[in-house]
Amino acid sequence: MKRIQLIMLGCALAVSVLLVGCKDDMNPHRTFSVEVSNLTEHQPLAAIAVVLHESGYHAYVLGSIADSDLEMMAEGGDPSVLLASAASEEAVMMTTANTDLTLPGNKSILEVKGLGHEHRLSLVGMLVNTNDGFIGLDAIDLSGLAKGESLILHAKVYDAGTEANNESADSVPAQGGEGFNASRDDRDFVGVHPGVVSMDDGLTGSSLDQSHRFDSPAARVVITRK
Amino acid sequence: MNKQISAFFTLSVLSLASASAADLDIKLTNLTHGIYFTPVLLAAHNSDTHFYREGIAASLNLQAMAEGGDISGLSMDAQSMGGDVLENPAVGLLAPGASFTTNLTSAMDNMYLSLTAMLLPTNDGFVGVDSLMIPTTPGTYTYHLNAYDAGTEANDELISGGGAPGVAGIPADPGGMAGANGSGVAMSDVNTMVHIHRGNLGDTDSNAGISDLNSTVHRWLNPVAELVITVN
Repeated sequence: MKRIQLIMLGCALAVSVLLVGCKDDMNPHRTFSVEVSNLTEHQPLAAIAVVLHESGYHAYVLGSIADSDLEMMAEGGDPSVLLASAASEEAVMMTTANTDLTLPGNKSILEVKGLGHEHRLSLVGMLVNTNDGFIGLDAIDLSGLAKGESLILHAKVYDAGTEANNESADSVPAQGGEGFNASRDDRDFVGVHPGVVSMDDGLTGSSLDQSHRFDSPAARVVITRK
Repeated sequence: MNKQISAFFTLSVLSLASASAADLDIKLTNLTHGIYFTPVLLAAHNSDTHFYREGIAASLNLQAMAEGGDISGLSMDAQSMGGDVLENPAVGLLAPGASFTTNLTSAMDNMYLSLTAMLLPTNDGFVGVDSLMIPTTPGTYTYHLNAYDAGTEANDELISGGGAPGVAGIPADPGGMAGANGSGVAMSDVNTMVHIHRGNLGDTDSNAGISDLNSTVHRWLNPVAELVITVN
């Protein structure tokens, strides 16, 4: 009986501590703005997709086979299926994407919010002058970000590994190519993108020129807790 | 009311933390295969000073540094804002693989560190870091720096001697590995903001071809420099 009382007292204490904590900075409902600047010379970014989640969600896993959701985004630029799948996962609080291209030298601003024990952010967006290249941020932990504070990150370019990097006009979306198809004719794992070669560097059949070459990072991402 | 008080408290704690000067040992290493850094500009400064900003158009003084290696304008900009400025700590060019070490004492409120140097041979490429927050805890901190394109001059990759702002071409290749008589790589910039450099293209024809640069010598991948800050 005494033990039960002690436990109950403990619970009451825990609850009151939690309530005090929740009054100000510990409020688990948080809003983040996500500003993405395109730092490439000539690689517009397709719709940028942002997922706010707790631990357990990944849009991509380096060294692993891309799922068809990621393949669709990386080859064709459309993240809607990837986001619909994400939204059905228990760890995910909110998904969003912009609709316009983010041109080189321009920036896009998105916003996500949600109630959670912790807040992590993942982001993907296709480089449209590639076969299956995309910028990615994987499960960035935002739990330590105070109100008004910003986190400045640089996003690398990854290769979904689902389509050969032949750079041909019929396969690169921004050159009039088809975008997504279900066939897989590349290494079939997600890795760091080796860059584009281009016709100016001697790749026969490439529709890309020297201006499309890039190095990582391809984007500056500023995440601000509002 | 409560919030105002706590904001006031936070401010006074911050100003206490910044009210002491920092004594910094700084080491920079050129990590590239065949690219030289022109005289380096280093400054500790306040939050309103920037040599450059990613995704924002270059200032005329940044353009002069990125196209011709002239750091005088950027140096004056930082000094006029009360910055602690070090010009040319490497005493001339910093060769591939070379490094220098210097010391910088930053005044209170100069809580950020920035660095720039032109990359040779490029048209308007530079290595840089913008407003890195200087650590306050004594220790050694390592950063890797990227190569930027100022977005002010087309990357024609032709060694023409042109280094003044607005004059096409590359001033020189200090390593003497460049060719001549190239037809020109790019005639215009697509991204006219400060952005990540896509790298030199180059070619393997030293007396013709598209570029005067050598594709086996003058290419790089990020990072192009290592910065080590020791807070004493």
